[in-house]
Amino acid sequence: MKMNKLIFPLMIALAATLATTGCRKGTPRTTPMPGEAQTEIATPGGNNTFPPGNIIDTGQIPGVTPGPIAQNQSWTLDDVTQDRAALADDTIHFAFDSAVIRDSEQSKLIIVSESLKSDPNAKLLIEGNCDERGTEEYNRALGERRALAAREVLAKLGVDPMRVRTISYGKDKPADSGHDEAAWSKNRRDDFVLCHPKTGA
Amino acid sequence: MKKKFNNSNFFASLCGNKIQRNPHPGPLPSDGRGRIVRRLMQNPATGFAGWSCGKMEPAAGCPLSHPMGEGQGEGFPRAKFFLTIFFIACVLNFSRAQTEIQISREGIFAQKPIPVALDGFTGEAAEVLKFDLYVQGFSFVTPDAAQYLIHGSDSGNVTGTVTDKLARKVILSRSYNGASLRRQAHAFADDIVLAIAGKPGIAQLRGTTARIAYKSQPSGIGPGEIYVADFDGFTPTNVTEDHSIVAKPAWVPGKMALYYTSYARGNPDIFYHSLTSGQRRVIANYSGLNTSAAVSPDGSKVAMVLDKTGSVNIWVCNADGSNLKHITSGDEDSSPTWSPNGDWICFATKHNARRQLAKVPAGGGEVQYLNTAGTPNPTEPDWSPDGKWIAFTCQFSHEFDICVLPADATSAPTVLVPGENPSWAPNSRTLVFNHRAAGYQQALSVLDVFTKQYKDCRRATGSDSQPAWAR
Repeated sequence: MKMNKLIFPLMIALAATLATTGCRKGTPRTTPMPGEAQTEIATPGGNNTFPPGNIIDTGQIPGVTPGPIAQNQSWTLDDVTQDRAALADDTIHFAFDSAVIRDSEQSKLIIVSESLKSDPNAKLLIEGNCDERGTEEYNRALGERRALAAREVLAKLGVDPMRVRTISYGKDKPADSGHDEAAWSKNRRDDFVLCHPKTGA
Repeated sequence: MKKKFNNSNFFASLCGNKIQRNPHPGPLPSDGRGRIVRRLMQNPATGFAGWSCGKMEPAAGCPLSHPMGEGQGEGFPRAKFFLTIFFIACVLNFSRAQTEIQISREGIFAQKPIPVALDGFTGEAAEVLKFDLYVQGFSFVTPDAAQYLIHGSDSGNVTGTVTDKLARKVILSRSYNGASLRRQAHAFADDIVLAIAGKPGIAQLRGTTARIAYKSQPSGIGPGEIYVADFDGFTPTNVTEDHSIVAKPAWVPGKMALYYTSYARGNPDIFYHSLTSGQRRVIANYSGLNTSAAVSPDGSKVAMVLDKTGSVNIWVCNADGSNLKHITSGDEDSSPTWSPNGDWICFATKHNARRQLAKVPAGGGEVQYLNTAGTPNPTEPDWSPDGKWIAFTCQFSHEFDICVLPADATSAPTVLVPGENPSWAPNSRTLVFNHRAAGYQQALSVLDVFTKQYKDCRRATGSDSQPAWAR
C-alpha cells in the first residue's frame, strides 16, 4: 500500500509533465534567424566586413603624471632617424628566462655608453628580445625587462636615462629562426640602435 | 535532511526554472533526466526524503502553477498535483546535490561526454552541429548507445528534434529559417544544449554567432593583424591593416569594440578600436611597453602592463586612457585579468623567487598570492565570468599547458590540455586557446574543460593566437 501511495502521485506527475512539455507532434516551432543581425557590426549592406580603422587619433592623453623614476616621455621614435649599423656588433645576450646582465656583456655596454658620450645629440633605442620559449605576453614583458636592465647599467656608466628609449619585441623578432639552443641563445638579446634627431626637429 | 536542501537551487527548481543555476560543475553529463527518475523509483530512501521535503514550507512565494501553464484544476486535486510536482523537484534537486558532493576535484575535469546519435544532417549543417556539440561535452555514438537521439534535416532549412531515449519523449522540436544554414545549425546546437544540459549554449551571443578576436600572423612571427571571426574560426575578418606586430586583443564587454596592442607607430601602444565606426584611438603610448589590455566587466576601466616608472607593472586607467593609476610594484608582473565583480585584478608575478599568480584590489592594495602548486611558471590568467575559476597557462620544461584553478584557491589547479592563452566563453565552461600546430605555428581550439574535449578552429592565416571570446 505504501508503494501505491508513492507511485500514484508519481504517475500523475509524469503524465502532467508529458502533457505539457513532451511529445509535440506535427509542426515544430520555428525560430526565425535575424538575418540582419550581422550588419549591426558591419558596414550597411556588407556581410561580416568591418570599416577600416581610421587614421589614428594622436590627441593628448589626459591625466598623464610621470612616475618618480619615469621613462623618458620627451621624445618619440618619430623624432629621430635610426642607425642600426653603428652598434650592431654590441648586441648583448642573456641566459634563459633572465634579464640579468652577465659580466661578459659589460664591455659592450661600455662601448655603447662611450658612443653616446662622444655624440651629445645622439639618443639610444634599446630593443629587448626573447627566444620562443615562454608565453607571448610574458615574453613581451621579459624583453622589456632586458631592455630596462641595459638602460640601468648605462645610467650607472653616466648616460642620461632620458636619452634612452626601450622597446620589447617579445619573441616576434628572432635573430635566428631556428628552434634549438643555438638559435635561442642568439635570440635572447638586446639590440642597440643609435638615434639621431631629424634635421629641423 | 533539511540541511541537504539548504541551497539556492532548491527554490529555483521549485519555480520550474529551466536554466539551472547550480554551481560548477553544471549538470553532470551522465545525469540525464531519465536516470534521475529511474534512481528515484529504485530508492525508497530518496523517495522519503522527497516527502519530508514536501512538508516543508513552500515559501519564497514560488508561483508553483507557473511551470505547468494555466492551472485548470480546483481544490484538492490541484493541491495534490502541486504537491507531486513539489516532490519531484525535491528529489531532482536532492539527487543533484548528492552527486556533486561525491565528485572530487579531479572528477570535475574527468567527466564522461553525453552520448548522442546525430542523424539526417549533411554537409555544413552536420559539420557545425558536430563541432558545437563536441566542444560542449557531447560524443557521437550509434543510436543504440545514445542517451539522446538528434534527428533532422538541412534541406532548405535546418529542422530537427531531440529525443530523450530513457524518458522516451521528444524534448526539443524546432525548425529555423532565415540567415544561413550555418547560423541555423548554430542556433539548433544551442537549443540542443539548453534542452539536454539545461544551460545556454556557446554558439550564439546577442542574436548572432558568438565571436572571438585574436592575432593572426602569416609567418608565425613578426607582423600580423587583429582578426575577428565566429568562435569556430569561420568568417575571419581582419580589423587592422597596419602590417605591424600586434598583440592581445580584449573585448569591451557587451560591445563591438576592442582594445589591443599594435606596433603601428613603432612602439607597442594600446589602441581602442570601435568595430562599428572604425574609430581608433591610442589610450596608452608611454615610453617603453604598453600591452596586455584587459577591460573591466563594466567597460569603464582598462588594466594593462606599462613600465613608465622603469619597472614592468600593472596599471589601471579609465576607458579613454585618463586617470592612470599604478597598481602593482612586483619585479615581473604581467597579464592582468578582472574578477567578474570588478573588485580584483589577477595577474602573473614572481614572489619569493617563484612564479605565481596573484590578485590585487582593482584600486590598488595588498597583493594576495594564489595557490598554483604543481603548475610551474603560471602566466596568462583569465577569470571566468561566473567568478569561480581562473584559467591560465603553465609551463613544464618547454611545453605549455592549459590549467584551471578554483578562484577561491581552495584546491590546487588542474592541468587540462597542452596549449596557451585560455579565454573563457560566457558559459564559464568552454575555453578558446591556442596550441602548437605543424611548422611551429599556432592554431586556435575550443575546449570543454569538464570533458577535456577540444577541436581546432579554422585557421585565418598561418598562425593564430591570443584569442579572446566576446562576452
